[in-house]
Amino acid sequence: MSEATGGIEMEENTSGKVKKFLYVNRRAPYGTIYALESLEVVLITAAFDQDVSLAFLEDGVYQVVKGQHTKGIDVKNFSPTYRALEGYDIEKLYVEKESMETRGLKESDFIVPVKVLSAQEMADLMLTQDVILSF
Amino acid sequence: MMKFGILVNEGPYTHQASDTAYLFAKAAIEKGHKIHRVFFYHDGVYNSSRLTEPPTDDRHIVNRWQKLGKDHHIDLVVCVAAALRRGIKDENLLEGFRISGLGQLVESGIQSDRLVVFGD
Amino acid sequence: MLHTVNKSPTERNSLESCFKYLKKGSVVLLIEDGVYGALKGCTTTKMVEQTLKSFPIYALYPDIEARGMQDRVIDGIKLVDYSGFVDLVAEHTTVQAWL
Repeated sequence: MSEATGGIEMEENTSGKVKKFLYVNRRAPYGTIYALESLEVVLITAAFDQDVSLAFLEDGVYQVVKGQHTKGIDVKNFSPTYRALEGYDIEKLYVEKESMETRGLKESDFIVPVKVLSAQEMADLMLTQDVILSF
Repeated sequence: MMKFGILVNEGPYTHQASDTAYLFAKAAIEKGHKIHRVFFYHDGVYNSSRLTEPPTDDRHIVNRWQKLGKDHHIDLVVCVAAALRRGIKDENLLEGFRISGLGQLVESGIQSDRLVVFGD
Repeated sequence: MLHTVNKSPTERNSLESCFKYLKKGSVVLLIEDGVYGALKGCTTTKMVEQTLKSFPIYALYPDIEARGMQDRVIDGIKLVDYSGFVDLVAEHTTVQAWL
């Protein structure tokens, strides 16, 4: 990951609070930077020991498909980072079922283990979160 | 009285995000709330450039943020990673903004009562 | 939860998506180009009117007025200014932006 994401800065004050942060990903990778830069926030949030979940909806499901080879477009392939999330104790990755199916994808197409939720279940999950970030 | 965190994901003029965020912040202050921090991410970092020269008959988005920050002691933070990617550095940063890490966004999410996102 | 939608439903599917995730207590606020979702006589009007039966929908009036759409707002959509926007954020424990 980027060297500029840096470590925890001494000036930050979180008072030991733990909040549930949900990152909602609705965009495909590479066409825009949102997928990459939102992942950078996810990593920092884990460094703050917060309770992190990632939701992949609509074209966001494309972020976690296997087989991304980016040499031809000369852009850094950041998909391996999703596999590294586990090392940061980020294991709550959710894919919305209809988004996956309407794009002809199944669970085995993904680079990381995900939990597939229906839109209703995803909506229920969203209600449990303290902070929802969209990029 | 609530403490709001604001995330601005887009740069000035191209998208309305920065305008809406500003007008929201202004309204929140007028209602007696506090703005904990405005964090600029993605192209939002361009809201801090001291080099913008918009036409004089339209709003000056960058200066407007500076003034709001100064008048109401708001922490205007530009993400270092996003800034470096886009060529925003201390030497072209407008006074009143500061460059810092993503930890400041996370902290704002933790410390604020509400975190509101403005983007494309 | 407060859901904000800032893109037109004929440009992007954000409004339609947002509607899929509404649950009891959800409220929708249309801002920026999202206010085009508040209009009568569009292909999206029926979908919005249907949702309005179960969920309050608000639209940011300054954005409606800026776009000259003042006389076209669906009956039942509540208009707010930025002060009202702030109140909606304060009243709901979380806010989710559908970009």
